[in-house]
Amino acid sequence: MTNTIMILGMSAVTVFLKAALFIAGDRITFPPLLKEALGFVPVTVLTAIIVPMALAPNGEGLELTWRNPQLVGSIAAILVCVATGRQLLTIVVALATFFFWQLGVLG
Amino acid sequence: MTMTRLSSLAAGARDTVPMLVGAAPFGVIYGTLVTAGPLAPWQGQLMSLSVYAGSSQFIALGLVAGHAGLAVIWLTTFIVNLRHMLYAATLLPHVAHLPARWRWLLGFLLTDETFAVMAGYYARHPKAPLGHWYFLGSALAMYGNWQLWTLVGLLFGAAFPQLQSLGLDFAMVATFIAIVVPQLASLPHLAAALAAGAVALIGQDLPYKLGLMAAVLVGVAVGLALTRWRARGLARQEEAA
Repeated sequence: MTNTIMILGMSAVTVFLKAALFIAGDRITFPPLLKEALGFVPVTVLTAIIVPMALAPNGEGLELTWRNPQLVGSIAAILVCVATGRQLLTIVVALATFFFWQLGVLG
Repeated sequence: MTMTRLSSLAAGARDTVPMLVGAAPFGVIYGTLVTAGPLAPWQGQLMSLSVYAGSSQFIALGLVAGHAGLAVIWLTTFIVNLRHMLYAATLLPHVAHLPARWRWLLGFLLTDETFAVMAGYYARHPKAPLGHWYFLGSALAMYGNWQLWTLVGLLFGAAFPQLQSLGLDFAMVATFIAIVVPQLASLPHLAAALAAGAVALIGQDLPYKLGLMAAVLVGVAVGLALTRWRARGLARQEEAA
């Protein structure tokens, strides 16, 4: 019973964080500085999520070596994306490089 | 018209496929952990259905196993999931015009992955009239995926040891790179991303995603400062000319 209450409370907290601003909708207008700041949120948050996954994939410090398939795959992704600007191609080449490296080169 | 809505919905789901692959092992691992802990299986599924935020679900399992109190668990959930409010603030201009039921639904379904997909989508199509259908397609695909793999973990978790070592979460890294790189065309955005990445790396051992929040704060500050600095440089050039 306590666990169910715990889960429903977590749900209430999370739904509030996710949906409160959407529900407020047009009633909220952000000041110009905040709008400008929010323009940097996608690139910063997405980069902040993946950099540790690529450079320290095992959570045991930096792995800046060719033996790190996450790093090799990420470099491939960046190169393909800069060169072609094509999203699907970037993902396919990155995954192929990653698995080739993990299973073929290091396996 | 129905076709266009459907095709937007399908396009959103399609562009989320790599994220589905990336999230799958975590769903299974989560389900497996539930069976090893004090929660009943149905409660594990209820958490996926009603909380629907992976990191906080994992952390809650740990806290429950450690006999933490309700207040601690709820406060931790608040801190770990605070980033969603930032996502909502960023996406708000694109959904503010929608009927309330749409805003409730899209808000409830917001995740890291769907935010990434939508940030990329709105960067390419700022005025898309059917963007909310694309949003819904991406979000429902992620939601269904999370429920499915939670259930698989609950039922057959013990049969998948070593799931984490497959490295399927690299699909998320690859997709995020494909979304972020095209948005790094300006110096302030590039510098903001680099600063955020560096801080995230330094702070990766901080609990409750605090490293992530610090990374965003520093990155945004760097971006704003550089924008100011460049604007001042341009103004000075114009004065000189």
